[in-house]
Amino acid sequence: MAIEANGKTFETDEEGYLTNLGEWEPAVAEVMAAEDDLELTSEHWEIINFLREYYEEYQIAPAVRVLTKAVGKKLGKEKGNSKYLYALFPYGPGKQACRFAGLPKPTGCI
Amino acid sequence: MAGAEFETPELSEHIEVPELVEGTMEHITCFVAKPEHQTDLGFPGEKVENWKEVAIDKMGDLLSRYRSFQVFMDACVKCGSCTDKCHYFLGTQDPKNMPVGRQDLLRKVYRRYFTFAGKYFPKLVGAVDLSEEIIDDWYSYFHQCSQCRRCSVFCPYGIDTAEISMAAREILDSIGVGQKYCNEIIGKVHKIGNNLGLPGPAILDTLEGLEEDVYEEDEVAVKYPLDVKGADILLVTPSADFFAEPHVDGLIGYGKVFHEAGVSWTLSTKASEAGNFGMFIGSYENMRRVSLRIREAALELGVKRIVFGECGHAWRIAYSFLNTLAGPFDFLDPDYPVPQHICEFTLNEIEKGTLEFDKSENDDMSITFHDSCNVARASRMGDTPGGQFEIPRKVIKAVVNNYHDMEWDTIHERTFCCGGGGGLLTDDLMEVRVKGAKPRMSAFKNVMEEKGVTHLAAICAICKSQFTKVLPYYGMDMFQVVSVHQLVSNAIVLNRKTPPEEAPGYGEDDDD
Repeated sequence: MAIEANGKTFETDEEGYLTNLGEWEPAVAEVMAAEDDLELTSEHWEIINFLREYYEEYQIAPAVRVLTKAVGKKLGKEKGNSKYLYALFPYGPGKQACRFAGLPKPTGCI
Repeated sequence: MAGAEFETPELSEHIEVPELVEGTMEHITCFVAKPEHQTDLGFPGEKVENWKEVAIDKMGDLLSRYRSFQVFMDACVKCGSCTDKCHYFLGTQDPKNMPVGRQDLLRKVYRRYFTFAGKYFPKLVGAVDLSEEIIDDWYSYFHQCSQCRRCSVFCPYGIDTAEISMAAREILDSIGVGQKYCNEIIGKVHKIGNNLGLPGPAILDTLEGLEEDVYEEDEVAVKYPLDVKGADILLVTPSADFFAEPHVDGLIGYGKVFHEAGVSWTLSTKASEAGNFGMFIGSYENMRRVSLRIREAALELGVKRIVFGECGHAWRIAYSFLNTLAGPFDFLDPDYPVPQHICEFTLNEIEKGTLEFDKSENDDMSITFHDSCNVARASRMGDTPGGQFEIPRKVIKAVVNNYHDMEWDTIHERTFCCGGGGGLLTDDLMEVRVKGAKPRMSAFKNVMEEKGVTHLAAICAICKSQFTKVLPYYGMDMFQVVSVHQLVSNAIVLNRKTPPEEAPGYGEDDDD
């Protein structure tokens, strides 16, 4: 599978996650979001950027609680919860937002 | 990404036996493991050329290794007791999802190659040659079984479809056709130590965050220690407890219970996973490799006890197989069960009077308890029969004011699977998961309507994630799922105050 973004082709796996994480660029997230009928706002980007920064440091997506806490600190306590994240990413912050951010899919009992 | 479109079944007041509709689920398949997922586990990377021969040899090997498998292949008398007991059949109407139908997919091949009648008069005994079509059927329908063992409760011969599914999956792995979800995950445990692939620093960061959160709320420095040598208790818990909600709320609860009990405990990066998907794929070797991590961690840390967190199949393995797989545990304190379930630990403390609760903290909820299959039907807890049903309920009732059970024929040993167990908790099997959840969802909805229950409590990471995902398909809310130790966490009164220098971040400059 592959997606087209910014005039380039990006290879994805059978679940739609970027095969080569290093290739990611913002246009990839925009195209993936459009395929899911979502339009990325600055609020989505806050999350996507945080995911990428965290991944850079820890080589794994942040736990939901780590993410909600970071969001709460940055955007205000009322936004620091999973309801807010699910409102932004209906398929789940772990799975949908990670895909947009070019991260591998979190696996396990989640 | 959304999977293929399908219709969510309608819930009915009673669980009705549906009409048979052949082939409703034959389109189901799940992603096949990539070569690297296979070879990490000791299986061929791709489908081998002589797959037929290898598969039959493997079946023969399993028949000689597991007497139970041989008996299950021979003993069925087609009495029909199991036919309406599987949640996947009840939700899909597909006769191959009847336990006997599923078993026969393997049994008909067994008869052809391993019985006298099948070798010489195959048509008379329903024996058939192994073919590509049969392999495809196996791959599809043995990934529509959550190995929950409900059918075995009703089978007069005790035939256990879970074991038959495990055997089928092992045969498939041996010819190079494994399932991506399970096999990728097992590889992560071998390499990194847990199903999620959380490296040590990420676990540490998460645990430090929990310490800050609890301190912020209660001003008590509850610790969530990692890799502490010389601690008394090693807690082994599913890695979802670090990562997902409501799982992590349970982990917070375990820490508070240990704190109030005044015991020293630790988590381990090496044994940062209670789950063991080696069982789901029927691979003794992989199950053993995963289990040995727990033994190694316990020895390295020098602990005296092992306690397991809220994980269903982990508890089956811990309770029933751990000693065989990774024992003897003669280096642990013989005064305690090896291993002990966290619910057992908590109930002990409750009965000793160590813990104080303010039940009113849970008054915004009315709770029911979902018995997880592997705990209910494949293990026990405590000293008395049925402890696995009573202990979690006693813990819940000690911390909430409002509790009601679901209907009697949907709980205890008759509990219905969440629909996502046994290696099916993957998006590519969403249709199976949603349809298979129907009986449990019906019982939950009934107790909501009749008793005003609002939340479903569970002690299994898979159940919690599965319910979070499928509840919305049935018009309910994903946040209606709670961890049992989340309820404990809400109600527990932290009486053991801590000195200020134990507070998270004490003495550090605030760099925010």
